[in-house]
Amino acid sequence: MTVIDAPRAQVPDELSPQRGRWHRVRPFLPLVALVVLAILPYSTISLPGIFEGPVNSPGTLQLLAICLIFGGLAAGYDLLFGRTGMLSFGHALYFAAGVYGTDILVTRAGLPLWQAALLTVTGGTILAALLGAVALRTVGIAFAMVTLAFAQVGAILVARDFGGLTGGEEGLPLDVSGLPAGLVGVTNTVNLYWLALAYLTLVVFVVHRVSGSPTGRVLAGLRDDERRIGVLGLDPYRYKLVAFTLAGGLASAGGVVYVLIVGGASPHITSSELTLSLLVMVVLGGPGTRWGPVLGGVLYMYLDHRLTAFGTSDAVDNLPAVLSRPLSQPLFVLGTVFILAVYFFPGGLTSLAPRLTHLTRALRPPRRR
Amino acid sequence: MGTVILLALTGLGLAALYFLVASGLSLVFGLADVLNFAHGLFLGVGAYGTWWAAGNLPGAGPDGFGFVLAVAFGVAAGTLVAILVELVLIRPLYSRTIEQVLVTVGLSLAGVALLQATWGADARPFPRPDWTRQVTGIFGAQVPNGGLLLIIAAVLVLGAILAFLRWTRYGLVIRAGVENREMVTALGIDVRKAFTLVFAIGGAAAALAGALGGVYFGTVSPGQGGSLLIFAFIVVVIGGMGSVVGSAYAAVVVGLVQQFVNYYGTSGLGDICVVGLLAVVLLLRPQGIAGKVATA
Repeated sequence: MTVIDAPRAQVPDELSPQRGRWHRVRPFLPLVALVVLAILPYSTISLPGIFEGPVNSPGTLQLLAICLIFGGLAAGYDLLFGRTGMLSFGHALYFAAGVYGTDILVTRAGLPLWQAALLTVTGGTILAALLGAVALRTVGIAFAMVTLAFAQVGAILVARDFGGLTGGEEGLPLDVSGLPAGLVGVTNTVNLYWLALAYLTLVVFVVHRVSGSPTGRVLAGLRDDERRIGVLGLDPYRYKLVAFTLAGGLASAGGVVYVLIVGGASPHITSSELTLSLLVMVVLGGPGTRWGPVLGGVLYMYLDHRLTAFGTSDAVDNLPAVLSRPLSQPLFVLGTVFILAVYFFPGGLTSLAPRLTHLTRALRPPRRR
Repeated sequence: MGTVILLALTGLGLAALYFLVASGLSLVFGLADVLNFAHGLFLGVGAYGTWWAAGNLPGAGPDGFGFVLAVAFGVAAGTLVAILVELVLIRPLYSRTIEQVLVTVGLSLAGVALLQATWGADARPFPRPDWTRQVTGIFGAQVPNGGLLLIIAAVLVLGAILAFLRWTRYGLVIRAGVENREMVTALGIDVRKAFTLVFAIGGAAAALAGALGGVYFGTVSPGQGGSLLIFAFIVVVIGGMGSVVGSAYAAVVVGLVQQFVNYYGTSGLGDICVVGLLAVVLLLRPQGIAGKVATA
C-alpha cells in the first residue's frame, strides 16, 4: 500500500497566524511564571495597596496559597464545563469531601497525614465515579439540577453533624499534633504556599495532557455535538464519566491542600455558592482555555478577600450610603462584573487580549502610501 | 393521632411554600427553557418588600387590613423585579440557555449581596398579625395558623393559575408554547410577551411565598430564598418541567416526606430522603410525574 501525501493546503497570508516577536519564548513562559512564583517567598518587596505587608509575610503567602488552590480548582472544573460542556452545580461536594475527609481522618481517627490524604483522594474519586454514574443518566439542565441536589445532601450531612464527625455549624479545626512539623505553624506558611503551587501545577499539567490526548478530543466533540460522537460509535456516557471522575478526584486533592492551609474545615465550603463561584471563575477567566480558568480563579479569590478590605476603606466609606454599602459586599461587585462579562466579553479575560489588538489595529491611523 | 395530623398539616404548609416557588420556576422553565437561579431573589424581594411596607408605608402595618396592604406591596415589588429581570437581562439572550443560566446565577449572587448590604445579614423579626402566632385545634392537633395561611394561599394560587391557563387566551398561548414553542411562533404569535407574563406570574408567586414564609418562620433574612430554591428545583424535576399540577403533587410529596422522616427519623434525614426520591424518579421516569406538558 502506498501512501500519497496530500498537497499542502494553500493558506492565504492573512489567515495564517502571524508570528509575533515572542513566538520563540512563548512555550517557556509558563515555566518562567512557575519559577517566579516558586521564588516569590524569598522576596521582601512590599506592594502597598495590593497586599498588606511584604510578599513573604505569612498573611500574604496564605492569601496567595488560597488563590493558587482556587486557580487549580477552577482549572479542574473547566475540564467539565469548558472542555466537555457539562454544567455541574455540585463540584463543591468533591472539594468538601477532600477537606472534611482529611480533617476527619487526621483529627478524629488520628491517621498520619499521608495515609489520610491518600484515602481521601481515593474516596473522593470513587464518590465522584458513583454519583457521576447516576447523574450522567440525565443531560443538560436536569444534570445540573441532579448534581446540585447531590451536593445539597453533602451540605446537609455536614451541617447536621451525623455521628458527631463534622462539628456541624462550627466546623472542625484540624488537629495539628500529628502533622509533619514542616506544615505546622505561622513560620512554615511558605511550605504550604509551595504545596499549593505544586497542586496548581499538577492540575494544569493533568488538564493539559488530557485535553491534548485522543480522549480530550472526544470530550471537545461531546461539548460541540454529542450526537455526532454517538454516531462515530463512541459512548458519550463513558467519556463523560471519565471527565467527571477525574475532575472530582482533582477537586478532592485540592481539598486536602486547602485544609492544611486554612487549618480546619467549615461548613460554608459545602454550600452551592462555592460551585457557583467556581462557575463564575471559569467564565470570567475564559472557559476551555488553558490559562483562563487559572487566572479567573486566582483573581476571583484575590478580589473576594481584598474587596472586603477595600469596602471598609476610607475611599468607599466617604461615598454616599447608596454606593458604599453595595460596594462593601464583594459578592455584589463580583456578581455584577460576572453579568457584564457574560454580555460583553463572553470569552472571558483571555479573549480580551486578541480583542484589544483588533481594537488598537483598528484605531491606529492608516499607513501613508 | 394528633401528632400525625399536626405533622401532615405542617408538612402541607411546607409543601405550600415549595409549590409557590416551584410553580413559577416550572412555568418559566417549561416555556422559556430558563433555569432561573434568580427566583430566590424574587422571594427575598417579596419578603423584604412586605417587611419594609409594614414599617414605612402609610396605611400598611402588621395587623388587619394594613398587613394585606403590606403583602400586596411586597408581591408588587417582586413582580416588578421579575418583569425587569426578564426584559433587561434575559430577553437579549433568548435561545442561549447556558448564558441565561449564567446571568441568573450572577444575579442571584449580586442580588442577595445587595439585600444583605441594605438590610444587614442578620435575620430580622417579621411583622405579622397576632392571630398567625396562635394555633387552631384540628382533630386534637394544635396547628399553627401561619402554616394554615400558607396552605390556603397555595390552594388559591393553584386555582388561579389553572383557571388562567385554561380559560384565557394568554393561558392558551402559554400551554401551547410549553408544548411546542416553534409551532406557536410559526402561527404568528409573539411568544416573548408570554415569556414576560410567565416571569411576572412566577415572580408574584415567589414574592407571595417570601411574604407568607416570613409570617410562617417569623423572621426574614437575605439567604432565605437560596435554601428554599434548591428544594423547589427538586420539586420541579420530580413534578415534570412545565407542569403546574405536577409541581403541586410533587410539592405535597416532598413536603410530607420531609416532615414525617425528619420527625420519626433523625433530623436532616428527611432532606436526604427527598434527594433519594429525586434520584429514583430520574432513573425510573426522567420526564417527571407529569412530563413536559402544561396541564390545566
